[in-house]
Amino acid sequence: MFENIALAFQGIWSHKLRSFLTMLGIIIGIGSIIAIVSTIKGTNEQIKENLIGSGNNTVSISIYRGDSPMSFDYEGVPDGLTQITEETMSKIQALKEVAAATKYVERTYSGNVFRGDTAYNGAVRGIEPDYFSVAGYEVYLGRTLEDSDLAGYTKVAILDATAAATLFPNENPVGKTLEVAGEPFTVAGLVRKSSRFEPVIKTFKDYNTYMSRSAGEIFIPSAVWPVVYMYDEPEKVLLRATDTDSMTDAGKKAADILSGTVTAQDITYRSEDLLEQAKKLQDLSSSTNKQLIWIASISLLVGGIGVMNIMLVSVTERTREIGLKKAIGAKKARILRQFLTEAAVLTSIGGLIGVGAGIIMARVVSGMSGAPMAIDVTASAIAVAFSMVIGIVFGFIPAVKASNLNPIEALRRD
Amino acid sequence: MIIEMTDVNKDYIQGKMTVPALKHVNLQVEEGDYLAIMGPSGSGKTTLMNIIGLLDVQTSGTYLLDGNRVDTLNDSALAVLRNRLIGFVFQQFNLLPKLSAQDNVALPLLYANVPKKERRERAAAALEKVGLADRMNFRPNQLSGGQCQRVAIARAMVGGPKLLLADEPTGALDSKSGEQVMELFSQLNAEGTTIVLITHDQKVSTYARVTRHIFDGELR
Repeated sequence: MFENIALAFQGIWSHKLRSFLTMLGIIIGIGSIIAIVSTIKGTNEQIKENLIGSGNNTVSISIYRGDSPMSFDYEGVPDGLTQITEETMSKIQALKEVAAATKYVERTYSGNVFRGDTAYNGAVRGIEPDYFSVAGYEVYLGRTLEDSDLAGYTKVAILDATAAATLFPNENPVGKTLEVAGEPFTVAGLVRKSSRFEPVIKTFKDYNTYMSRSAGEIFIPSAVWPVVYMYDEPEKVLLRATDTDSMTDAGKKAADILSGTVTAQDITYRSEDLLEQAKKLQDLSSSTNKQLIWIASISLLVGGIGVMNIMLVSVTERTREIGLKKAIGAKKARILRQFLTEAAVLTSIGGLIGVGAGIIMARVVSGMSGAPMAIDVTASAIAVAFSMVIGIVFGFIPAVKASNLNPIEALRRD
Repeated sequence: MIIEMTDVNKDYIQGKMTVPALKHVNLQVEEGDYLAIMGPSGSGKTTLMNIIGLLDVQTSGTYLLDGNRVDTLNDSALAVLRNRLIGFVFQQFNLLPKLSAQDNVALPLLYANVPKKERRERAAAALEKVGLADRMNFRPNQLSGGQCQRVAIARAMVGGPKLLLADEPTGALDSKSGEQVMELFSQLNAEGTTIVLITHDQKVSTYARVTRHIFDGELR
């Protein structure tokens, strides 16, 4: 077998130009497929990174009536839905997929936050002090929220950079005052995400997808929430999963625990999972590209036919050689194997070159257009194996023709 | 008895006509014989050689090669018999141009599944025997016609066959190289190899111990 392969290499090397031209179809086919696959993989990884990286493995769990998120401002709090007990929280924290969890109340569009005449329309959250560590925030100016703020019902607010820029342009907000529902709150500190993750933004679509989440955030102690919004408002939960892959499980299990405490009809807790969102976006980007793979496969078919054509020529050229080999004792099967090996080696080399060419193509395209790329090792291995199969399939007819040559006729031919 | 042919006929079908190539051929060759078969072109001598060499099968009659009835054997069994019992020498040498002399000679041993090291050793010994020990790594296009034919003889002998079949072995050689080849044949025959030689050259047939003539498919 090894000798056959070595002989096949020799044969291919002694016809360099012809072998290369024969391989060209395979190279182009495999190359385009690898380029497409690399782009798909790159895009997918970037989507995942953008969404999950910006979320820091956090999953938020919100309350739904039917399929829409509940708004307590309009609907009020129904019977059978209560605030989350410490017992429920510790059950969630005990889940093995959960690294940390905290509960909070939230208005996504505040509507009643002002500084003088300047309005702020971002989110307001009533939180407990561990919120920042769960969400992956750090205080970079002033102080963080402390237990004493909750115990003393202190009217303090922590702002993120967007909120600070809206309400306090060009000044240091710490120690200054803003109004929530007419109540004065003192700005105690400013927070930002500690991971400093910046999603890669290349198009407006990317911008809309990833940047819509940072419309500004203001945090106040959950203890003073009733003063500005509502008494006994049922909380949402924010949790951080132990790793990115357990985000979905962590969210689903925690939501199940929470839903178990609800007796109200049609009301459930649901997790908002960035991993799932990422998968949806990935599916969208992959499905368009997968059609391109089918088109590229046609060039593989053409390449295979080219291989068959050249192998048939080669059989004709080597008629005497085949006849001689048969005369001195080579069996049909051996001649068959020799030609199959030659075809398979030829297309495998084509496949290898194709993978290299595909990666270079993806690099070049990625360099010019900014589309991300990533090398897919499995796909590359499959591509090489597949090109070998092409060689065996399309080399079969020529190989059978060679093995069936009549040695007398073959030796007689000049 | 190495070759035993009884009433062998061979017909070729050309279109709707049946053309007889061999008619009622009877031939016995004992081990150690040196037989020349002479005949003009078209007389059927190549057909006869193909049947003796198991490259073709007779239409009727029986042929025993070293006691084996060959007309019932399948393709791969015939390949094995050719490999073990027969060494071929052709007018056009039929060496593989990409292989060295040594690799050309070793080829039949490859098909007999001899391990590589032994193949190389036996090929080297065979080349030494035909006087080409110093041309081991030369390719056919670097060798003269006479040298090529001696490489081909080494290839035919390397597996230790009982029968050496030669078809116009001197046909493509100058007279001096031809003589060398014929002397080599005589030497091999003296060492016990049975030789069947096909030629139309009177001078070549004188080297053989027995000469038979073939005309119009009839062996006399």
